Amino acid sequence: MNIMNIYARRRAVNFAIMSLSLLATATGLLVLFLILWSLLRQGLPALSLAFFTQSTPAPGNIGGVMNAIYGSLVMTVVATLVGTPIGILTGTYLAEFSRGSHLAQAVRFINDILLSAPSIVIGLFVYEVMVVRMGHFSGWAGAVALAIIFVPVVVRTTENMLVLVPASLREAAVALGAPRWKVIVLVVYRAAVQGLLTGVLLAVARVAGESAPLLFTALNNQFWSTDMNAPMANLPVVIFQFALSPYADWQLLAWGGALLITLTILALNIFARLMASWSSFGK
Amino acid sequence: MTYEIRPIETSAPPRPRLIQMPAVETPKPTAPQTAEAADQAQAKVAIKDLRFYYKNYEALKGINLTLHDKRVTAFIGPSGCGKSTLLRVLNRIYELYPDQRATGQVLVDGQDILDPRQDLNLLRARIGMVFQKPTPFPMSIYDNVAFGIRLYERPSARELDERVEEALKRAALWDEVKDKLRESGLSLSGGQQQRLCIARAIAVRPEILLLDEPASALDPISTQRIEELIADLKSDYCIVIVTHNMQQAARSSDYTAFMYLGQMIEFDTTETIFTHPKERQTEDYITGRFG
Repeated sequence: MNIMNIYARRRAVNFAIMSLSLLATATGLLVLFLILWSLLRQGLPALSLAFFTQSTPAPGNIGGVMNAIYGSLVMTVVATLVGTPIGILTGTYLAEFSRGSHLAQAVRFINDILLSAPSIVIGLFVYEVMVVRMGHFSGWAGAVALAIIFVPVVVRTTENMLVLVPASLREAAVALGAPRWKVIVLVVYRAAVQGLLTGVLLAVARVAGESAPLLFTALNNQFWSTDMNAPMANLPVVIFQFALSPYADWQLLAWGGALLITLTILALNIFARLMASWSSFGK
Repeated sequence: MTYEIRPIETSAPPRPRLIQMPAVETPKPTAPQTAEAADQAQAKVAIKDLRFYYKNYEALKGINLTLHDKRVTAFIGPSGCGKSTLLRVLNRIYELYPDQRATGQVLVDGQDILDPRQDLNLLRARIGMVFQKPTPFPMSIYDNVAFGIRLYERPSARELDERVEEALKRAALWDEVKDKLRESGLSLSGGQQQRLCIARAIAVRPEILLLDEPASALDPISTQRIEELIADLKSDYCIVIVTHNMQQAARSSDYTAFMYLGQMIEFDTTETIFTHPKERQTEDYITGRFG
Protein backbone atom coordinates (compact mmCIF):
# COMPACT_ATOMS: atom_id res chain seq x y z
CA MET A 1 0.00 0.00 0.00
CA ASN A 2 2.78 2.32 1.05
CA ILE A 3 4.81 1.29 -1.98
CA MET A 4 1.88 2.06 -4.23
CA ASN A 5 1.78 5.56 -2.78
CA ILE A 6 5.45 6.10 -3.52
CA TYR A 7 5.00 5.00 -7.10
CA ALA A 8 1.91 7.15 -7.55
CA ARG A 9 3.84 10.15 -6.30
CA ARG A 10 6.80 9.40 -8.55
CA ARG A 11 4.49 9.17 -11.53
CA ALA A 12 2.88 12.49 -10.63
CA VAL A 13 6.26 14.22 -10.24
CA ASN A 14 7.45 12.67 -13.49
CA PHE A 15 4.35 13.94 -15.27
CA ALA A 16 4.73 17.45 -13.86
CA ILE A 17 8.42 17.77 -14.76
CA MET A 18 7.87 16.25 -18.18
CA SER A 19 5.07 18.75 -18.88
CA LEU A 20 7.24 21.68 -17.82
CA SER A 21 10.10 20.48 -20.02
CA LEU A 22 7.82 20.10 -23.01
CA LEU A 23 6.35 23.53 -22.38
CA ALA A 24 9.81 25.10 -22.26
CA THR A 25 10.83 23.33 -25.47
CA ALA A 26 7.63 24.40 -27.18
CA THR A 27 8.18 28.03 -26.15
CA GLY A 28 11.66 28.02 -27.64
CA LEU A 29 10.49 26.42 -30.85
CA LEU A 30 7.48 28.71 -31.01
CA VAL A 31 9.68 31.82 -30.99
CA LEU A 32 11.81 30.33 -33.74
CA PHE A 33 8.78 29.51 -35.86
CA LEU A 34 7.25 32.93 -35.24
CA ILE A 35 10.42 34.54 -36.55
CA LEU A 36 10.45 32.29 -39.59
CA TRP A 37 6.71 32.80 -40.11
CA SER A 38 6.82 36.59 -40.00
CA LEU A 39 9.88 36.57 -42.25
CA LEU A 40 8.10 34.39 -44.78
CA ARG A 41 4.86 36.37 -44.56
CA GLN A 42 6.50 39.76 -44.94
CA GLY A 43 9.50 38.76 -47.02
CA LEU A 44 8.07 36.40 -49.63
CA PRO A 45 6.15 39.18 -51.46
CA ALA A 46 9.46 40.99 -51.94
CA LEU A 47 11.12 38.09 -53.77
CA SER A 48 10.40 39.16 -57.31
CA LEU A 49 12.65 38.99 -60.36
CA ALA A 50 13.66 42.61 -59.78
CA PHE A 51 14.73 41.71 -56.24
CA PHE A 52 17.53 39.57 -57.62
CA THR A 53 18.36 41.50 -60.80
CA GLN A 54 18.32 45.20 -59.86
CA SER A 55 20.28 47.36 -57.51
CA THR A 56 18.94 49.17 -54.48
CA PRO A 57 16.48 51.83 -55.70
CA ALA A 58 15.68 55.36 -54.64
CA PRO A 59 12.49 55.48 -52.59
CA GLY A 60 9.43 55.02 -54.78
CA ASN A 61 11.30 53.32 -57.62
CA ILE A 62 11.34 49.66 -58.53
CA GLY A 63 14.56 47.94 -57.49
CA GLY A 64 16.19 44.97 -55.84
CA VAL A 65 19.19 44.09 -53.76
CA MET A 66 21.43 42.48 -56.39
CA ASN A 67 24.32 44.78 -55.48
CA ALA A 68 23.94 43.83 -51.81
CA ILE A 69 23.75 40.10 -52.59
CA TYR A 70 26.89 40.43 -54.70
CA GLY A 71 28.71 42.46 -52.04
CA SER A 72 27.83 40.03 -49.25
CA LEU A 73 28.89 37.09 -51.41
CA VAL A 74 32.23 38.60 -52.39
CA MET A 75 33.16 39.79 -48.93
CA THR A 76 32.17 36.45 -47.39
CA VAL A 77 34.19 34.56 -49.99
CA VAL A 78 37.26 36.75 -49.40
CA ALA A 79 36.86 36.36 -45.62
CA THR A 80 36.60 32.58 -46.09
CA LEU A 81 39.67 32.43 -48.34
CA VAL A 82 41.70 34.50 -45.88
CA GLY A 83 40.29 33.02 -42.69
CA THR A 84 40.28 29.30 -43.50
CA PRO A 85 44.04 28.75 -43.90
CA ILE A 86 44.87 30.92 -40.90
CA GLY A 87 42.23 29.20 -38.78
CA ILE A 88 43.17 25.68 -39.82
CA LEU A 89 46.90 26.23 -39.40
CA THR A 90 46.43 27.79 -35.97
CA GLY A 91 44.09 24.99 -34.92
CA THR A 92 46.64 22.48 -36.18
CA TYR A 93 49.38 24.15 -34.15
CA LEU A 94 47.23 24.03 -31.02
CA ALA A 95 46.19 20.41 -31.48
CA GLU A 96 49.37 18.87 -32.88
CA PHE A 97 52.40 20.87 -31.89
CA SER A 98 51.77 22.98 -28.81
CA ARG A 99 51.64 20.31 -26.11
CA GLY A 100 50.97 22.50 -23.09
CA SER A 101 53.38 25.29 -24.01
CA HIS A 102 52.73 28.75 -22.63
CA LEU A 103 52.41 30.16 -26.12
CA ALA A 104 49.61 27.71 -26.88
CA GLN A 105 47.76 28.60 -23.71
CA ALA A 106 48.02 32.27 -24.59
CA VAL A 107 46.84 31.64 -28.16
CA ARG A 108 43.90 29.57 -26.92
CA PHE A 109 42.93 32.26 -24.42
CA ILE A 110 43.15 35.10 -26.94
CA ASN A 111 41.21 33.03 -29.44
CA ASP A 112 38.42 32.52 -26.92
CA ILE A 113 38.27 36.27 -26.30
CA LEU A 114 38.17 36.95 -30.02
CA LEU A 115 35.44 34.34 -30.39
CA SER A 116 33.18 36.16 -27.97
CA ALA A 117 34.24 39.74 -28.78
CA PRO A 118 31.31 41.95 -29.81
CA SER A 119 31.47 42.19 -33.59
CA ILE A 120 31.01 45.95 -33.50
CA VAL A 121 34.33 46.24 -31.67
CA ILE A 122 36.00 44.36 -34.50
CA GLY A 123 34.32 46.75 -36.95
CA LEU A 124 35.71 49.73 -35.05
CA PHE A 125 39.15 48.14 -34.97
CA VAL A 126 39.24 47.67 -38.73
CA TYR A 127 37.85 51.20 -39.13
CA GLU A 128 40.86 52.47 -37.17
CA VAL A 129 43.55 50.46 -38.94
CA MET A 130 42.19 50.40 -42.49
CA VAL A 131 39.38 52.86 -43.21
CA VAL A 132 41.02 55.83 -41.50
CA ARG A 133 44.39 55.15 -43.11
CA MET A 134 42.96 54.53 -46.57
CA GLY A 135 40.72 57.53 -46.19
CA HIS A 136 37.56 55.81 -47.34
CA PHE A 137 35.27 52.86 -46.69
CA SER A 138 35.93 49.80 -48.83
CA GLY A 139 34.95 46.24 -49.60
CA TRP A 140 38.43 45.11 -48.59
CA ALA A 141 37.99 46.59 -45.11
CA GLY A 142 34.65 44.77 -44.84
CA ALA A 143 36.20 41.48 -45.90
CA VAL A 144 39.04 41.89 -43.38
CA ALA A 145 36.57 42.58 -40.57
CA LEU A 146 34.63 39.45 -41.50
CA ALA A 147 37.85 37.43 -41.69
CA ILE A 148 38.75 38.51 -38.15
CA ILE A 149 35.42 37.13 -36.97
CA PHE A 150 35.89 34.06 -39.14
CA VAL A 151 39.30 32.92 -37.85
CA PRO A 152 38.55 32.13 -34.18
CA VAL A 153 35.55 29.98 -35.10
CA VAL A 154 37.71 27.85 -37.39
CA VAL A 155 40.60 27.72 -34.90
CA ARG A 156 38.29 26.38 -32.22
CA THR A 157 36.55 23.75 -34.35
CA THR A 158 39.82 22.66 -35.99
CA GLU A 159 41.53 22.10 -32.66
CA ASN A 160 38.53 20.22 -31.27
CA MET A 161 38.22 18.02 -34.34
CA LEU A 162 41.94 17.18 -34.51
CA VAL A 163 42.08 16.32 -30.82
CA LEU A 164 39.29 13.80 -31.46
CA VAL A 165 41.48 11.86 -33.89
CA PRO A 166 42.83 8.99 -31.80
CA ALA A 167 46.54 9.02 -30.94
CA SER A 168 46.75 5.43 -32.15
CA LEU A 169 46.19 6.61 -35.71
CA ARG A 170 49.10 9.04 -35.47
CA GLU A 171 51.29 6.37 -33.89
CA ALA A 172 50.42 3.94 -36.67
CA ALA A 173 51.48 6.45 -39.32
CA VAL A 174 54.63 7.41 -37.41
CA ALA A 175 55.49 3.72 -36.99
CA LEU A 176 55.59 3.37 -40.77
CA GLY A 177 58.28 6.02 -40.90
CA ALA A 178 56.09 8.93 -41.98
CA PRO A 179 57.46 12.37 -41.14
CA ARG A 180 55.31 14.53 -38.91
CA TRP A 181 53.84 16.73 -41.63
CA LYS A 182 52.78 13.75 -43.70
CA VAL A 183 51.15 12.17 -40.67
CA ILE A 184 49.08 15.33 -40.21
CA VAL A 185 48.26 16.05 -43.84
CA LEU A 186 47.70 12.51 -45.09
CA VAL A 187 46.20 10.82 -42.04
CA VAL A 188 44.98 13.23 -39.37
CA TYR A 189 43.34 15.76 -41.71
CA ARG A 190 41.75 12.97 -43.66
CA ALA A 191 40.33 11.44 -40.50
CA ALA A 192 38.91 14.80 -39.44
CA VAL A 193 37.97 16.25 -42.81
CA GLN A 194 34.21 16.36 -42.20
CA GLY A 195 34.72 18.10 -38.89
CA LEU A 196 37.07 20.64 -40.43
CA LEU A 197 34.63 21.43 -43.24
CA THR A 198 31.80 21.70 -40.74
CA GLY A 199 33.81 24.28 -38.82
CA VAL A 200 34.40 26.32 -41.98
CA LEU A 201 30.71 26.18 -42.91
CA LEU A 202 29.67 27.29 -39.43
CA ALA A 203 32.10 30.19 -39.69
CA VAL A 204 30.64 31.16 -43.08
CA ALA A 205 27.17 31.08 -41.56
CA ARG A 206 28.42 33.24 -38.71
CA VAL A 207 29.94 36.01 -40.84
CA ALA A 208 27.25 35.97 -43.56
CA GLY A 209 24.78 37.59 -41.19
CA GLU A 210 27.08 40.12 -39.52
CA SER A 211 26.09 43.77 -39.94
CA ALA A 212 27.95 45.57 -37.17
CA PRO A 213 31.49 45.00 -38.48
CA LEU A 214 30.44 46.15 -41.95
CA LEU A 215 28.83 49.41 -40.80
CA PHE A 216 32.24 50.99 -40.22
CA THR A 217 34.14 49.21 -42.96
CA ALA A 218 32.30 48.40 -46.18
CA LEU A 219 29.52 50.82 -45.29
CA ASN A 220 27.05 50.52 -48.15
CA ASN A 221 26.70 51.44 -51.77
CA GLN A 222 23.48 52.34 -53.43
CA PHE A 223 24.81 51.39 -56.85
CA TRP A 224 26.13 48.31 -58.54
CA SER A 225 29.84 48.18 -57.81
CA THR A 226 32.40 45.43 -57.98
CA ASP A 227 35.26 47.64 -56.85
CA MET A 228 36.62 46.27 -53.60
CA ASN A 229 38.39 49.58 -53.03
CA ALA A 230 35.09 51.43 -52.89
CA PRO A 231 32.27 51.25 -50.35
CA MET A 232 30.36 48.05 -50.99
CA ALA A 233 26.73 47.15 -50.62
CA ASN A 234 25.89 44.17 -48.45
CA LEU A 235 22.70 42.54 -47.24
CA PRO A 236 22.96 43.11 -43.48
CA VAL A 237 23.60 46.86 -43.76
CA VAL A 238 20.94 47.28 -46.49
CA ILE A 239 18.46 45.53 -44.21
CA PHE A 240 19.49 47.78 -41.34
CA GLN A 241 19.10 51.00 -43.34
CA PHE A 242 15.98 50.08 -45.28
CA ALA A 243 14.18 48.66 -42.27
CA LEU A 244 14.70 51.94 -40.40
CA SER A 245 13.52 54.03 -43.35
CA PRO A 246 9.98 55.45 -43.53
CA TYR A 247 9.38 54.17 -47.08
CA ALA A 248 7.16 51.10 -47.48
CA ASP A 249 8.96 49.80 -50.60
CA TRP A 250 12.34 49.99 -48.85
CA GLN A 251 10.89 48.19 -45.85
CA LEU A 252 9.61 45.46 -48.14
CA LEU A 253 13.07 45.01 -49.63
CA ALA A 254 14.47 44.81 -46.08
CA TRP A 255 12.06 41.98 -45.29
CA GLY A 256 13.07 40.20 -48.46
CA GLY A 257 16.74 40.58 -47.63
CA ALA A 258 16.19 39.31 -44.09
CA LEU A 259 14.36 36.26 -45.43
CA LEU A 260 17.11 35.55 -47.96
CA ILE A 261 19.89 35.80 -45.39
CA THR A 262 18.02 33.67 -42.85
CA LEU A 263 17.32 30.92 -45.35
CA THR A 264 20.95 30.94 -46.50
CA ILE A 265 22.26 30.61 -42.97
CA LEU A 266 19.68 27.95 -42.18
CA ALA A 267 20.77 25.99 -45.25
CA LEU A 268 24.45 26.35 -44.33
CA ASN A 269 23.78 25.12 -40.80
CA ILE A 270 21.75 22.15 -41.98
CA PHE A 271 24.46 21.30 -44.50
CA ALA A 272 27.12 21.55 -41.79
CA ARG A 273 25.09 19.21 -39.58
CA LEU A 274 24.74 16.73 -42.40
CA MET A 275 28.46 16.87 -43.06
CA ALA A 276 29.19 16.17 -39.42
CA SER A 277 26.86 13.17 -39.35
CA TRP A 278 28.28 11.76 -42.58
CA SER A 279 31.55 11.36 -40.79
CA SER A 280 32.96 8.00 -41.77
CA PHE A 281 35.01 8.20 -38.64
CA GLY A 282 34.41 6.51 -35.33
CA LYS A 283 32.48 3.32 -34.67
CA MET B 1 46.46 -1.59 -10.00
CA THR B 2 49.42 -3.27 -8.49
CA TYR B 3 50.25 -6.91 -8.69
CA GLU B 4 51.83 -8.71 -5.85
CA ILE B 5 53.07 -12.19 -5.45
CA ARG B 6 50.96 -13.88 -2.88
CA PRO B 7 52.84 -16.24 -0.58
CA ILE B 8 51.89 -19.83 -1.17
CA GLU B 9 50.37 -21.28 1.93
CA THR B 10 51.42 -24.72 3.02
CA SER B 11 47.85 -25.76 3.44
CA ALA B 12 47.04 -24.77 -0.13
CA PRO B 13 45.90 -27.47 -2.54
CA PRO B 14 48.65 -29.10 -4.58
CA ARG B 15 50.10 -26.80 -7.18
CA PRO B 16 48.56 -27.26 -10.57
CA ARG B 17 50.62 -28.73 -13.34
CA LEU B 18 52.34 -26.28 -15.58
CA ILE B 19 50.14 -25.38 -18.47
CA GLN B 20 50.03 -27.52 -21.55
CA MET B 21 52.35 -26.80 -24.42
CA PRO B 22 50.41 -27.62 -27.55
CA ALA B 23 53.03 -26.43 -29.98
CA VAL B 24 56.02 -28.23 -28.58
CA GLU B 25 56.56 -31.83 -29.54
CA THR B 26 59.29 -32.77 -27.09
CA PRO B 27 57.98 -31.80 -23.69
CA LYS B 28 60.69 -33.35 -21.52
CA PRO B 29 64.16 -31.84 -21.60
CA THR B 30 65.33 -32.95 -18.18
CA ALA B 31 68.11 -30.50 -17.52
CA PRO B 32 67.37 -26.84 -18.21
CA GLN B 33 69.73 -26.64 -21.14
CA THR B 34 70.62 -23.41 -22.83
CA ALA B 35 68.72 -24.11 -25.98
CA GLU B 36 69.36 -20.51 -26.87
CA ALA B 37 72.99 -21.32 -27.49
CA ALA B 38 72.03 -24.25 -29.68
CA ASP B 39 69.82 -22.08 -31.88
CA GLN B 40 71.40 -21.30 -35.22
CA ALA B 41 69.45 -18.05 -35.58
CA GLN B 42 71.45 -14.86 -35.71
CA ALA B 43 71.13 -12.21 -33.08
CA LYS B 44 69.34 -9.24 -34.62
CA VAL B 45 68.83 -6.91 -31.69
CA ALA B 46 70.97 -6.61 -28.59
CA ILE B 47 69.49 -4.59 -25.74
CA LYS B 48 72.00 -3.50 -23.13
CA ASP B 49 71.19 -1.97 -19.76
CA LEU B 50 68.10 -0.27 -21.12
CA ARG B 51 66.37 2.06 -18.71
CA PHE B 52 63.19 3.93 -19.50
CA TYR B 53 61.58 6.85 -17.75
CA TYR B 54 58.12 8.37 -17.80
CA LYS B 55 59.05 11.75 -16.35
CA ASN B 56 60.84 10.57 -13.21
CA TYR B 57 59.26 7.16 -12.98
CA GLU B 58 61.61 4.39 -13.99
CA ALA B 59 59.54 1.94 -16.03
CA LEU B 60 62.39 -0.24 -17.28
CA LYS B 61 65.17 -0.96 -14.83
CA GLY B 62 68.16 -2.13 -16.79
CA ILE B 63 66.98 -4.59 -19.42
CA ASN B 64 69.45 -6.89 -21.15
CA LEU B 65 68.09 -9.03 -23.94
CA THR B 66 68.92 -10.48 -27.33
CA LEU B 67 66.34 -10.86 -30.08
CA HIS B 68 67.00 -13.36 -32.86
CA ASP B 69 66.38 -12.98 -36.54
CA LYS B 70 63.72 -15.22 -38.07
CA ARG B 71 62.40 -16.09 -34.64
CA VAL B 72 59.42 -14.97 -32.60
CA THR B 73 60.10 -13.55 -29.17
CA ALA B 74 57.17 -13.07 -26.81
CA PHE B 75 57.12 -10.55 -23.96
CA ILE B 76 54.83 -11.67 -21.17
CA GLY B 77 54.06 -10.30 -17.75
CA PRO B 78 51.30 -8.60 -15.80
CA SER B 79 49.91 -5.22 -16.83
CA GLY B 80 52.30 -2.39 -16.10
CA CYS B 81 55.37 -4.62 -16.11
CA GLY B 82 56.96 -2.69 -18.95
CA LYS B 83 56.55 -5.10 -21.86
CA SER B 84 54.76 -2.63 -24.11
CA THR B 85 57.20 0.07 -23.02
CA LEU B 86 60.09 -2.14 -24.07
CA LEU B 87 58.45 -2.74 -27.44
CA ARG B 88 57.92 0.99 -27.94
CA VAL B 89 61.62 1.64 -27.36
CA LEU B 90 62.56 -0.59 -30.27
CA ASN B 91 61.23 1.87 -32.87
CA ARG B 92 61.57 4.89 -30.59
CA ILE B 93 57.92 5.72 -31.02
CA TYR B 94 57.90 6.88 -27.40
CA GLU B 95 59.64 10.03 -28.65
CA LEU B 96 56.25 11.35 -29.74
CA TYR B 97 55.77 12.14 -26.07
CA PRO B 98 58.21 14.63 -24.58
CA ASP B 99 58.20 13.30 -21.01
CA GLN B 100 59.52 9.89 -22.02
CA ARG B 101 63.16 8.97 -22.44
CA ALA B 102 65.42 5.94 -22.60
CA THR B 103 69.04 5.32 -21.65
CA GLY B 104 71.30 2.39 -22.45
CA GLN B 105 71.88 0.74 -25.78
CA VAL B 106 69.69 -0.97 -28.33
CA LEU B 107 71.92 -2.40 -31.03
CA VAL B 108 70.22 -3.40 -34.26
CA ASP B 109 72.77 -5.17 -36.43
CA GLY B 110 75.40 -3.65 -34.18
CA GLN B 111 74.20 -0.08 -34.60
CA ASP B 112 72.83 1.76 -31.59
CA ILE B 113 69.37 3.05 -32.49
CA LEU B 114 69.18 5.16 -29.33
CA ASP B 115 71.94 7.32 -30.78
CA PRO B 116 70.49 10.83 -31.14
CA ARG B 117 71.92 10.99 -34.67
CA GLN B 118 69.75 8.05 -35.72
CA ASP B 119 67.20 9.18 -38.34
CA LEU B 120 63.90 8.29 -36.72
CA ASN B 121 61.80 8.00 -39.87
CA LEU B 122 64.30 5.69 -41.55
CA LEU B 123 64.52 3.63 -38.39
CA ARG B 124 60.76 3.23 -38.26
CA ALA B 125 60.67 2.26 -41.92
CA ARG B 126 63.00 -0.63 -41.01
CA ILE B 127 60.99 -1.68 -37.97
CA GLY B 128 57.28 -2.29 -38.50
CA MET B 129 54.72 -2.10 -35.73
CA VAL B 130 51.18 -3.37 -35.29
CA PHE B 131 49.05 -2.09 -32.44
CA GLN B 132 46.56 -3.57 -30.05
CA LYS B 133 43.55 -2.00 -31.72
CA PRO B 134 43.39 -2.11 -35.50
CA THR B 135 44.36 1.30 -36.88
CA PRO B 136 43.37 1.42 -40.54
CA PHE B 137 43.81 4.88 -42.02
CA PRO B 138 40.65 6.58 -43.28
CA MET B 139 41.42 5.75 -46.90
CA SER B 140 40.94 2.84 -49.28
CA ILE B 141 42.29 -0.64 -48.56
CA TYR B 142 44.76 -0.18 -51.41
CA ASP B 143 45.96 3.21 -50.18
CA ASN B 144 46.35 1.84 -46.66
CA VAL B 145 48.84 -0.76 -47.86
CA ALA B 146 50.50 1.61 -50.34
CA PHE B 147 50.90 4.36 -47.72
CA GLY B 148 54.21 3.17 -46.32
CA ILE B 149 55.63 2.19 -49.73
CA ARG B 150 54.93 5.63 -51.16
CA LEU B 151 56.79 7.27 -48.27
CA TYR B 152 60.20 6.01 -49.30
CA GLU B 153 59.91 4.65 -52.80
CA ARG B 154 58.66 5.87 -56.16
CA PRO B 155 57.38 2.65 -57.67
CA SER B 156 55.60 2.59 -61.01
CA ALA B 157 51.86 1.98 -60.88
CA ARG B 158 52.38 -1.65 -61.83
CA GLU B 159 55.12 -2.21 -59.28
CA LEU B 160 52.94 -0.63 -56.62
CA ASP B 161 50.02 -2.89 -57.55
CA GLU B 162 52.31 -5.88 -57.20
CA ARG B 163 53.70 -4.75 -53.86
CA VAL B 164 50.20 -4.18 -52.47
CA GLU B 165 49.03 -7.57 -53.72
CA GLU B 166 52.11 -9.28 -52.33
CA ALA B 167 51.63 -7.69 -48.90
CA LEU B 168 47.92 -8.51 -48.78
CA LYS B 169 48.63 -12.10 -49.81
CA ARG B 170 51.31 -12.38 -47.18
CA ALA B 171 48.84 -11.08 -44.59
CA ALA B 172 46.28 -13.69 -45.75
CA LEU B 173 43.80 -10.96 -46.65
CA TRP B 174 44.06 -10.86 -50.44
CA ASP B 175 41.23 -13.29 -51.19
CA GLU B 176 38.84 -11.33 -49.00
CA VAL B 177 39.59 -7.88 -50.38
CA LYS B 178 40.87 -8.32 -53.94
CA ASP B 179 37.51 -7.23 -55.38
CA LYS B 180 37.13 -4.17 -53.18
CA LEU B 181 40.56 -2.59 -52.96
CA ARG B 182 39.04 0.86 -53.49
CA GLU B 183 36.65 0.57 -50.55
CA SER B 184 37.46 2.18 -47.23
CA GLY B 185 39.74 0.26 -44.90
CA LEU B 186 37.23 1.08 -42.19
CA SER B 187 34.61 -1.08 -43.91
CA LEU B 188 36.44 -4.28 -42.94
CA SER B 189 35.77 -6.36 -39.84
CA GLY B 190 38.06 -6.03 -36.83
CA GLY B 191 40.08 -9.14 -37.68
CA GLN B 192 40.41 -8.07 -41.30
CA GLN B 193 41.44 -4.57 -40.23
CA GLN B 194 44.20 -6.04 -38.09
CA ARG B 195 45.47 -8.15 -40.99
CA LEU B 196 45.30 -5.02 -43.13
CA CYS B 197 47.55 -3.30 -40.59
CA ILE B 198 49.97 -6.24 -40.75
CA ALA B 199 49.92 -6.02 -44.56
CA ARG B 200 50.60 -2.30 -44.30
CA ALA B 201 53.53 -2.94 -41.96
CA ILE B 202 55.17 -5.66 -44.10
CA ALA B 203 54.54 -3.81 -47.38
CA VAL B 204 57.50 -1.54 -46.61
CA ARG B 205 59.68 -4.68 -46.19
CA PRO B 206 60.88 -4.05 -42.66
CA GLU B 207 63.49 -6.20 -40.92
CA ILE B 208 61.77 -6.37 -37.56
CA LEU B 209 58.08 -6.63 -36.80
CA LEU B 210 56.76 -5.42 -33.45
CA LEU B 211 53.31 -6.70 -32.48
CA ASP B 212 51.70 -5.09 -29.45
CA GLU B 213 48.96 -7.46 -28.31
CA PRO B 214 47.86 -7.82 -31.92
CA ALA B 215 45.01 -10.21 -31.18
CA SER B 216 43.68 -9.01 -27.86
CA ALA B 217 40.79 -7.11 -29.46
CA LEU B 218 39.84 -9.98 -31.76
CA ASP B 219 37.59 -13.01 -31.58
CA PRO B 220 39.13 -16.51 -31.33
CA ILE B 221 38.91 -17.25 -35.04
CA SER B 222 40.57 -13.97 -36.03
CA THR B 223 43.14 -14.61 -33.30
CA GLN B 224 43.93 -17.98 -34.79
CA ARG B 225 44.42 -16.44 -38.23
CA ILE B 226 46.79 -13.85 -36.78
CA GLU B 227 48.77 -16.58 -35.04
CA GLU B 228 49.01 -18.60 -38.25
CA LEU B 229 50.18 -15.46 -39.93
CA ILE B 230 52.89 -14.92 -37.32
CA ALA B 231 54.10 -18.48 -37.82
CA ASP B 232 54.28 -17.85 -41.56
CA LEU B 233 55.99 -14.46 -41.33
CA LYS B 234 58.63 -15.80 -38.96
CA SER B 235 60.69 -17.17 -41.84
CA ASP B 236 61.48 -13.61 -42.99
CA TYR B 237 61.41 -11.34 -40.00
CA CYS B 238 62.59 -10.88 -36.50
CA ILE B 239 59.23 -10.77 -34.72
CA VAL B 240 58.50 -9.48 -31.24
CA ILE B 241 55.07 -9.97 -29.76
CA VAL B 242 53.66 -8.55 -26.56
CA THR B 243 50.83 -10.64 -25.24
CA HIS B 244 48.67 -11.10 -22.19
CA ASN B 245 47.63 -14.48 -23.39
CA MET B 246 50.04 -17.12 -22.21
CA GLN B 247 48.69 -19.81 -24.45
CA GLN B 248 49.36 -17.47 -27.33
CA ALA B 249 52.94 -16.94 -26.20
CA ALA B 250 53.37 -20.69 -25.81
CA ARG B 251 51.83 -21.41 -29.21
CA SER B 252 53.46 -18.80 -31.36
CA SER B 253 56.87 -17.88 -29.97
CA ASP B 254 60.34 -19.42 -29.97
CA TYR B 255 61.61 -17.33 -27.10
CA THR B 256 59.78 -15.87 -24.15
CA ALA B 257 60.78 -13.04 -21.89
CA PHE B 258 58.96 -12.75 -18.58
CA MET B 259 58.92 -9.24 -17.21
CA TYR B 260 57.79 -7.97 -13.86
CA LEU B 261 57.88 -4.46 -12.42
CA GLY B 262 60.19 -3.14 -15.09
CA GLN B 263 62.69 -5.95 -14.84
CA MET B 264 63.49 -8.87 -17.06
CA ILE B 265 62.90 -11.75 -14.66
CA GLU B 266 63.64 -14.57 -17.04
CA PHE B 267 64.42 -15.05 -20.70
CA ASP B 268 64.79 -18.38 -22.39
CA THR B 269 63.32 -20.55 -25.06
CA THR B 270 59.57 -20.67 -24.83
CA GLU B 271 59.78 -24.37 -24.13
CA THR B 272 62.01 -23.85 -21.13
CA ILE B 273 59.97 -20.95 -19.78
CA PHE B 274 56.76 -22.93 -19.91
CA THR B 275 58.11 -26.25 -18.69
CA HIS B 276 61.12 -25.57 -16.48
CA PRO B 277 61.20 -21.93 -15.51
CA LYS B 278 64.15 -21.15 -13.29
CA GLU B 279 62.50 -18.34 -11.39
CA ARG B 280 59.71 -18.82 -8.93
CA GLN B 281 57.98 -15.61 -10.14
CA THR B 282 57.91 -16.90 -13.70
CA GLU B 283 56.37 -20.16 -12.61
CA ASP B 284 53.81 -18.40 -10.45
CA TYR B 285 52.82 -16.15 -13.32
CA ILE B 286 52.49 -18.77 -16.02
CA THR B 287 50.56 -21.09 -13.78
CA GLY B 288 48.09 -18.31 -13.09
CA ARG B 289 49.00 -17.84 -9.46
CA PHE B 290 49.23 -14.11 -9.93
CA GLY B 291 48.95 -11.52 -12.61
